[in-house]
Amino acid sequence: MILRAEGVRKFYGEFCALDGVSLTIHAGQFVSIIGPNGAGKSTLINVLTGRLRPSAGRVWLKDRDVTGLGPVRLARLGLARSFQLVQIFPDLTVLETLQAAVVSRLGRGTRLFASLARDRVVTDAALEVAELFGLADKHHTPSRQLPQGDKKLLDVASAFALRPEIILLDEPTSGVSTADKTAIMEILVSAGRRIGLQAIILVEHDMDIVFAYSDRIIALHQGTVLADATPAEIQADARVVDAVIGRKAAP
Amino acid sequence: MIGRLGLVAAGAAVVAAPFAASTYHVLLMLPFMAYGVVLLGLNLLFGYTGLVSFGHALFIGIGAYTGAFLTSTFGVRSLEAIVVTAAGLGAVVAAPVAALCVRYVKIYFGMLTLAFGMVFYTFVLKFYRLTGGDEGLPYLRPSLLGFGLEGMSKTDYLTGPYYYYSLIVLAVAAVVMWRIVHSPFGLCLKTIRDNPAKAETLGIGVGRYRWYAFVISAVYASVGGALLGAPIGNVDPTLAYWTHSGNIVFMTLLGGFASFFGPILGAFVYIYLEDFLKSLAPSSWRLIFGALLAAVVILAPGGLMGLVRAARRGASPRPHDPARA
Repeated sequence: MILRAEGVRKFYGEFCALDGVSLTIHAGQFVSIIGPNGAGKSTLINVLTGRLRPSAGRVWLKDRDVTGLGPVRLARLGLARSFQLVQIFPDLTVLETLQAAVVSRLGRGTRLFASLARDRVVTDAALEVAELFGLADKHHTPSRQLPQGDKKLLDVASAFALRPEIILLDEPTSGVSTADKTAIMEILVSAGRRIGLQAIILVEHDMDIVFAYSDRIIALHQGTVLADATPAEIQADARVVDAVIGRKAAP
Repeated sequence: MIGRLGLVAAGAAVVAAPFAASTYHVLLMLPFMAYGVVLLGLNLLFGYTGLVSFGHALFIGIGAYTGAFLTSTFGVRSLEAIVVTAAGLGAVVAAPVAALCVRYVKIYFGMLTLAFGMVFYTFVLKFYRLTGGDEGLPYLRPSLLGFGLEGMSKTDYLTGPYYYYSLIVLAVAAVVMWRIVHSPFGLCLKTIRDNPAKAETLGIGVGRYRWYAFVISAVYASVGGALLGAPIGNVDPTLAYWTHSGNIVFMTLLGGFASFFGPILGAFVYIYLEDFLKSLAPSSWRLIFGALLAAVVILAPGGLMGLVRAARRGASPRPHDPARA
């Protein structure tokens, strides 16, 4: 077990966004979380990544209770994330962005007078990640000048540069053309293997991607887990197809 | 390359100024160098961390009053001792102030720093017996590296030894700050400026880094304040008044906060322009100055350094790297 949530409930005033969600992610798994808008996906991610403290229930990362611990400490404990709306450092270059992640991972952020440019360990590790994500030839480009697909990749790449054990990807292919989606997913999965990532949690609307990559799918509906099963079982589950995936369009 | 040549030329001009320029203009260089130190620190917070302080006159005041107290009350005349004490006191005061201020951002941060600045201003104004109130305290001529230099006339002292002392302090402050902004720590500050939420997900503790940046900037402002007070010879509460905090933000905007040397250029232009406008229009110079600030913000948000860069980019066949110098 790497990540476990038990009986997570979250209220916004009267509104119950999560109503007793429990899930367990094991090493070696690629798990997708699906659900219609308003099902509680965003709230669940924010609880799992420590941004939100649940109203009830607990979250464990390995053996440690990390409920509401906050993103900074969770990042140090090996849980990284990327965002649905791409998050970059507009004025920093690709290399600087990745260097920042490596500096953070190595705990070198308080080196006030050391030269970053001469820190081979940090620069090499950053370049290695840039290479994995196909961003090496753009490493001096300011992030804001990257095309949208590369911004998405950089957001994810900086999370990978933390060498996390588990990563939570919030719609990594949203806003990207269909042709690029598969390319991005291939890069993510192979990079994950290279850095020894133990588990990936994917939140995704594109069912082609969900079914192509997942070992397991968790379907959320109205703040509860509607189904937690293999892709084949999910596809056969009429309730999930009805509530989450939607009826297949007539041919 | 052009940037480096420009820096060398500017440095040479500053070194040569006491031999080439009029005494009047050389004396104007003293506040320029003191503000240069202040602004190097302020810009760590402003340009590199993304926090605009309207209260840094507080720390200028601490530095200047440290010099006044040590020289006139305690009989300590060594400028080295004054600078070190000012830096220490600046850090001691900044530590709790920063801890409260960095929990807020944008206008809330600005207003809170302003409030602390006003508290300090009122303190030095009202505690007459300690601070001399609005009359202030004398800042006696400090000794430099153990040399009393009592035999020199005030002008010779200020345009000679004191001038070069200030220049060395500014140069050391610049080298140290250059290292800070090009360190792993400096990179973390830039991530916080650009996107604090993203920085947090990378494990960068935003509050802690903002606190460091604030305290370092306060130390710089205090050292600058210690240098600023001596040539005036008297330290009064206007040094700590909030308009003074505004002036240094203006200098930063004028020169360009996105560049390392921008604020120093801003201080230089500010001081000579203020002097020029004061002699040109003694009653309405503030009006012209204000219009100028508005023009800079609207027409050249990158400040003078932004204009220099744009001009260089236009002239350069390779339109990238100069901006990163």
